[in-house]
Amino acid sequence: MRKPDRKSIIEGHELRYEYLHYDDEGKVDSSYEALKGVDLDVKEGQFIAILGHNGSGKSTLARQLNALLIPTGGTLFVDGSDTRDESKVWLVRQAAGMVFQNPDNQIISSVVEEDVGFGPENMGVPTKEIWERVRKALTAVGMMEYRKSSPNRLSGGQKQRVAIAGVIAMRPKCIVLDEPTAMLDPGGRSEVVGTVRQLNREEGVTVILITHYMEEVIHADRVIVMDEGKVVMTGTPREIFSRVEDLKKIRLDVPQVTELAYMLKQSGVPLPDGILTIGELTEELGKLKGRK
Amino acid sequence: MEIRIENLSYIYGQGTAYEKKALDNISLTIHGGEFIGIIGHTGSGKSTLIQHLNGLNKATSGAIYVDGKNICEEGYSMRDLRFQVGLVFQYPEYQIFETTVLKDVCFGPKNQGLYSEDAEKQAREAMRMVGLDESYEQKSPFDLSGGQKRRVAIAGILAMKPKMLVLDEPTAGLDPKGRDEILGVLRDLHRKQEITVVLVSHSMDDVADYADRIIVLDKGKILYDDVPEKVFTHVKELEEVGLAAPQVTYIMKALRQEGWDVKDTVTTLPEARDQILKELGAGAAFAGRSQDGLTGGKADD
Repeated sequence: MRKPDRKSIIEGHELRYEYLHYDDEGKVDSSYEALKGVDLDVKEGQFIAILGHNGSGKSTLARQLNALLIPTGGTLFVDGSDTRDESKVWLVRQAAGMVFQNPDNQIISSVVEEDVGFGPENMGVPTKEIWERVRKALTAVGMMEYRKSSPNRLSGGQKQRVAIAGVIAMRPKCIVLDEPTAMLDPGGRSEVVGTVRQLNREEGVTVILITHYMEEVIHADRVIVMDEGKVVMTGTPREIFSRVEDLKKIRLDVPQVTELAYMLKQSGVPLPDGILTIGELTEELGKLKGRK
Repeated sequence: MEIRIENLSYIYGQGTAYEKKALDNISLTIHGGEFIGIIGHTGSGKSTLIQHLNGLNKATSGAIYVDGKNICEEGYSMRDLRFQVGLVFQYPEYQIFETTVLKDVCFGPKNQGLYSEDAEKQAREAMRMVGLDESYEQKSPFDLSGGQKRRVAIAGILAMKPKMLVLDEPTAGLDPKGRDEILGVLRDLHRKQEITVVLVSHSMDDVADYADRIIVLDKGKILYDDVPEKVFTHVKELEEVGLAAPQVTYIMKALRQEGWDVKDTVTTLPEARDQILKELGAGAAFAGRSQDGLTGGKADD
């Protein structure tokens, strides 16, 4: 553990969530339990990654973290507030900002800088400070030159960076990102992930990153793997990616470099488990080659 | 079918303050039976380009010939073109609206003027092609997972029996298995149904694994148009335009720098494994090395 002494910002105990289906008469005709008892403890300043296939409950969990969904069972405290307490909902949302997959659903203004300023303005931040925050947020995501543009003229990746800036501008203690890079090109992806890491390391913002890109989680402090509404694995990226077969069973994958190391190992090359970077692989292979 | 694009340019908002040249003098030919990957950073013109392939965008200048006929000319039947070239948009599941999967997949063929029975027959065939069996027919599409919804949306296009399938980032937002499933469906369609596939993607690993030819767009122009092994040798240039090579190509490059005798044109994992194994073996049995050197070539996947 890199940051052992921090206090918890998110504490979930036995979290459950049940989606209900209603028939034409408004009666419940079926239900689906998306979360089946999840425990979660995130310390301030941590970088947590959540993996899981489509339908594993990741997004349901994410939506609970800023009280878009209220647990139907169990308890969830975000920065000390119980999310079931309606009077605390704004405290919860201010503590945990949310970035979604599709930026088109999150942008509301006709000018980029106004969109980014919307959050802080709503919070009652003084005008002068709003502009300062907008400038910093747009610079952090590399969109400063587009501040006067209309969001609908931006590409998908650019819009997503604006959406992230909009959340950063509210200075939440914790940012929850639900597949923020799903629509981005490799350059945009590393830019967004780099921005998120920087916010985490330099500003101490707690990050909860949900993603399908395995390469994006190798820098996380802790990886949580979900399946069927439950947490099935948790550990450091190295611990998680050492379990190639287990991950594949639940429709997940490992970074290409980890996969290659695994394939080589299967062919009899004595490599350690859980190789995460190209540097690690070339070093290990170099040792083997030198030995021969 | 063959689509030949000649000197195509497209300008958004021409004559307004927001004028933007999205495509700049593009020329390329898509031959029947190809599996093409189109890559480029966000805003490079990929989506604009593919929306020309079925006439959704009208070229500002240049010409597009479909089987020899210029679609930009008066009197060309755009309706027919749109049935021949099926376009699957980004996040196509947002366009699903019917109450059951079968009804949704039927929408296209019904629009083509087919009777219900024929439309349903084509819809069922399309559902099989994407791996949805009959148990899905009466389900609400909104109860399905992301990957399943996307397959429903693709089936909706396939039900119209297009000769060419153009997909704009069909795997965005899917989990790794879901990605493999969709791409596997495309590979099957290409191999078994002989449908021409044009795939726009942000995943370098995917286009390296599946496409026979890669077109790289940058600022509305074609930067490269070649086989994957050739395109991904331009790692530096690709990075400069917001792209990358597959991670495996970087691994091979790194090994080469350490003095390994491996090719840096490798774009798939099995190829990389075989080359590394050969190199590790070569050190032990140095005598056999010259023989090994002769048997290069691409590994099977």
